[in-house]
Amino acid sequence: MYTQALNMAETDDRGLEDAGKAAQFQARIDAEERIEPNDWMPAAYRRTLTRQISQHAHSEIVGMLPEGNWITRAPTLRRKAALLAKVQDECGHGLYLYAAAETLGSSREELVDAMLAGKAKYSSIFNYPTLTWADIGTIGWLVDGAAIMNQIPLCRCSYGPYARAMIRVCKEESFHQRQGYEIMLTLCRGSEEQKAMAQDALNRWWWPVLMMFGPPDATSQHSDTSTKWKIKRFSNDELRQKFVDATVPQAQYIGLTIPDPGMTQDADGHWRYSEIDWTEFKQVLAGNGPCNRDRMAARRKAHDEGAWVREAAAAYAAKRARRQTAQAAE
Amino acid sequence: MATPNTPLWEVFIRSRNGLAHKHVGSLHASDATMALQAARDIYTRRGEGLSIWVVPSTAITASDPAEKGMMFEPAESKIYRHPTFYEVPEEVGHM
Repeated sequence: MYTQALNMAETDDRGLEDAGKAAQFQARIDAEERIEPNDWMPAAYRRTLTRQISQHAHSEIVGMLPEGNWITRAPTLRRKAALLAKVQDECGHGLYLYAAAETLGSSREELVDAMLAGKAKYSSIFNYPTLTWADIGTIGWLVDGAAIMNQIPLCRCSYGPYARAMIRVCKEESFHQRQGYEIMLTLCRGSEEQKAMAQDALNRWWWPVLMMFGPPDATSQHSDTSTKWKIKRFSNDELRQKFVDATVPQAQYIGLTIPDPGMTQDADGHWRYSEIDWTEFKQVLAGNGPCNRDRMAARRKAHDEGAWVREAAAAYAAKRARRQTAQAAE
Repeated sequence: MATPNTPLWEVFIRSRNGLAHKHVGSLHASDATMALQAARDIYTRRGEGLSIWVVPSTAITASDPAEKGMMFEPAESKIYRHPTFYEVPEEVGHM
């Protein structure tokens, strides 16, 4: 998911830091104070957040690719305008997040270069293809729906700039989810073929979407520090369960079947899903998903082909600055 | 090759008439004109503003949070600057 980076181990270098400062820092976190860019923070906190926020930003940018694939083929002008606006929002989210990451001391260019070099990751969900128009509906409904589940607690994250960026993002994501669900609703009320197309998209996306929340709590030991630092407020399994409970009735309403024959509702009303195939998740994470190579190639191509624009803009700004200095000297 | 850095700008937006410009975030742009256009695209896609200011981030001088104790001490220790410091008899009513 967008917090995938928080599932990685963080080396503990508290030994090298001032124990007094570290204790003071933890006390501020425990008192629900927000940490701001110029405040003292442990090096590991800075590293964890830089990795987390930049990976979140990369996900927003790469996330434009599977959806951008359908802009020119949207079925109506209304759908096309909405999809265009949604993809533009994703770009905006990427930019707010890069700005938040930069407050920790790395430049956006360094962060982007790390992603293009394959050293920084983005959410694995974008390594799946968008084969039909129903995939666009499913992404809005489920991928953005899962993102909202994950991002709402991030609005209370201990790092001020990240929390503030998330508030803006969450406000806009709500439109994304609703437009996706509306696409699914329309397909389900349409012809048999259209309904079958919606069901097929749900069948392909359901399990990858559940994987977005990250490994099960029993196998991931690494979120301890993120929880202690109040970057992460809920565990992977807690968020996954919330998402499933919210989604099942939505699927039922439009007459779609969740592709999990083993799913049951327990006495407390929670929908219990079957075992998730974590080998698939690991494969996609390792670069062997259906579209990993395509996505990286598309990002590198766009970056390279945009080089002349960045150079021209910089040259123009330099020329104007020279002219202004010359005029001032006259 | 490493991508060269583009200057950083801080963005301030006046959301409604009568309100002050408020900091909303930052962005990268080569010059002021492009910074204004980017600010419109990034920060006002849903009618969030009537007016935008962009300021080069390097033009901002900030106080040091580590010294906030000393910096703001003069305000902390002068409670007589607040109206509630002064006693007015209840019979006098609201003042």
